[in-house]
Amino acid sequence: MTTLLAQPDAITFDRRVDTAALRGIAVRCVGVTKTYGSGQSAVMALRGIDLEVKTGELLMLVGPSGCGKTTLISIIAGILDYDQGECAVLGQDPKRMSARELTRLRGANVGFVFQAYNLIPTLNAAENSAIPLLLNGVPRAKAVKRAREMLGRVGLADRWKSLPAQLSGGQQQRVAITRALVHEPRLIVCDEPTAALDHETGGRVMELLRAVALDEGRALVIVTHDPRIFGFADRIAKMDDGRITSINEGRHEDRSTARGAGGTSDGLTGLLSK
Amino acid sequence: MNLVAIKMLIGDKAKYIGIIVGLTFASLLMTQQASIFVGLMTRTFGFITDTSLPDIWVMDPKVQFVDDIKPLQDTQLLRVRGIEGVEWATPLYKGLLKARLDNGNFQTCNVIGLDDSTLIGGPPEMREGRLEDLRRADSVIVDEVGANGRLAKQPARKGDPPIPLKVGDTLELNDNRAVVVGICRVSRTFQSQPVLYTTYTRATTFAPRERKLLSFILVKAKPGVAPRALCERILQTTGLAAFTGDEFKTITYKYFIKYTGIPINFGIAVTLGFVVGAVIAGQMFYSFTLDNLRHFGTLKAMGAGNLTLLRMVIVQSVLVGCVGYGMGVGAASLVPILSSGSELAFRMTWHIPAVVGGAIVLICVLSAVLSVLKVFRLEPAIVFKG
Repeated sequence: MTTLLAQPDAITFDRRVDTAALRGIAVRCVGVTKTYGSGQSAVMALRGIDLEVKTGELLMLVGPSGCGKTTLISIIAGILDYDQGECAVLGQDPKRMSARELTRLRGANVGFVFQAYNLIPTLNAAENSAIPLLLNGVPRAKAVKRAREMLGRVGLADRWKSLPAQLSGGQQQRVAITRALVHEPRLIVCDEPTAALDHETGGRVMELLRAVALDEGRALVIVTHDPRIFGFADRIAKMDDGRITSINEGRHEDRSTARGAGGTSDGLTGLLSK
Repeated sequence: MNLVAIKMLIGDKAKYIGIIVGLTFASLLMTQQASIFVGLMTRTFGFITDTSLPDIWVMDPKVQFVDDIKPLQDTQLLRVRGIEGVEWATPLYKGLLKARLDNGNFQTCNVIGLDDSTLIGGPPEMREGRLEDLRRADSVIVDEVGANGRLAKQPARKGDPPIPLKVGDTLELNDNRAVVVGICRVSRTFQSQPVLYTTYTRATTFAPRERKLLSFILVKAKPGVAPRALCERILQTTGLAAFTGDEFKTITYKYFIKYTGIPINFGIAVTLGFVVGAVIAGQMFYSFTLDNLRHFGTLKAMGAGNLTLLRMVIVQSVLVGCVGYGMGVGAASLVPILSSGSELAFRMTWHIPAVVGGAIVLICVLSAVLSVLKVFRLEPAIVFKG
């Protein structure tokens, strides 16, 4: 699986994270609360979340609408402040970081996959995928080259020039996944990545994400309503009313099997081009 | 990220074109109206510009501008000639006289009477004939535009173009015969009447009988004498107003600015151009930013700092500003070419594109500030909202 992201001419930049110091824990939340608004109109979205996300793990957050999943994933991704408790993202507490430091931490270490893909419609697939590298100061030519290589690994080698509107939903989500992976982040957060996809395409996208999550030192957190993909999780955290009500082991088969199925770049390409 | 910013903007063709059209319209209107204003103001002192040889214009102290004639006594010429520092001083007649055309109509002409011996103050460029031909009996030199236009003769057949006045033709000026001995080219004047040059003595015979007929005294300062100092000396000695050519131009156009209301009219047009351009471009730019808020939010979530986003908005703003300004000023530059031969007063000095450029920068800055504030205030967490 490591060959998916390992590059002969690796692009390096300051990630500001000591991977060794993480000790297998990508995210640790203890008693995290979050309230929107104030006074009588205040809404408590999180009521004391205790959660650990391990490196090399695919964790799913599930629960009914309004239970706080999106709030929690936003805090985990470092794009939303929490009120109380403690939350270490890749070993660093966002609350103790300046906005600039937090932005840099996100840019270098967090990958995002959105339900609506959020691709910029006027940029082609390679340009969209290259954005995280550009934000980390990688020269444009080098960034686009790397993005094209990554697109090849998700089966879109011949579509790198296509605009999002010229791609199917599944292809757009693969571009979005490429964008989330291109800078080799330590943490990947996904919001309903299969909600807009049919069952078969959703399954392929999840296999791709699953394969990525198994890469050493990487953690994957997915918010979903889609029970069809629960089988891809290592653990499933159920949420309700701002609390985690249970954390269960996922039904995913042994990781070595997953490596065999889709752990190599060739395997993935074959998988996605089915 | 600059290229990403440009592609984001250009990709939204409707808005991109809308912003460009707004800025082009603003630059075109501001440049064109300001150039016409400057053109008109330049015409007000066109006659002074053409009469470039003398250093100093001497006149009645009550004169307010070049066409405001308050005649002097001829003896004033002798007094001025006697002042220390004066190299030479010549008389100049300037007045409006009626010329009778061959079809019986009358046309008011601007008659300029030059010093009989030196002919100082003559037209800047002769097209036909020579200035010295004014020494012939009853002679006048007519300006080209007047000869081809208002003084032209009626054609023999109806519908044919008028026949331009040419050398050898005659006119009647206050019942006096005048023979055209030359055609000249002069700067267009504000009133745009045909200009007739003749000698001072002959002009005073054409003019209605008055006790005083001397309009101006043209003075050359001796080498080494400062014109301004000589003006002061003339004022102190004779009590007459004396101005250098540049001062007289300033007095003239300031009179028009103060008393004609022209600046207000053009000012309104220029302001409208600015406001309409700013509203269209600003609104479109802001709307573009709103439409792309989700993408800006995505970039923010992915690690784009406010500085990066600010730079992106500035790049977009500079792009539309440059394109809109270039197209607007370019189109305005075509106006004199497309309207050549017409009466249009148009003079685009370097100041106009510079000021219009500043106005366009202001519009772009205002638009960008509005947009970037929205982007700065954006919570990246919106990317996870439906």
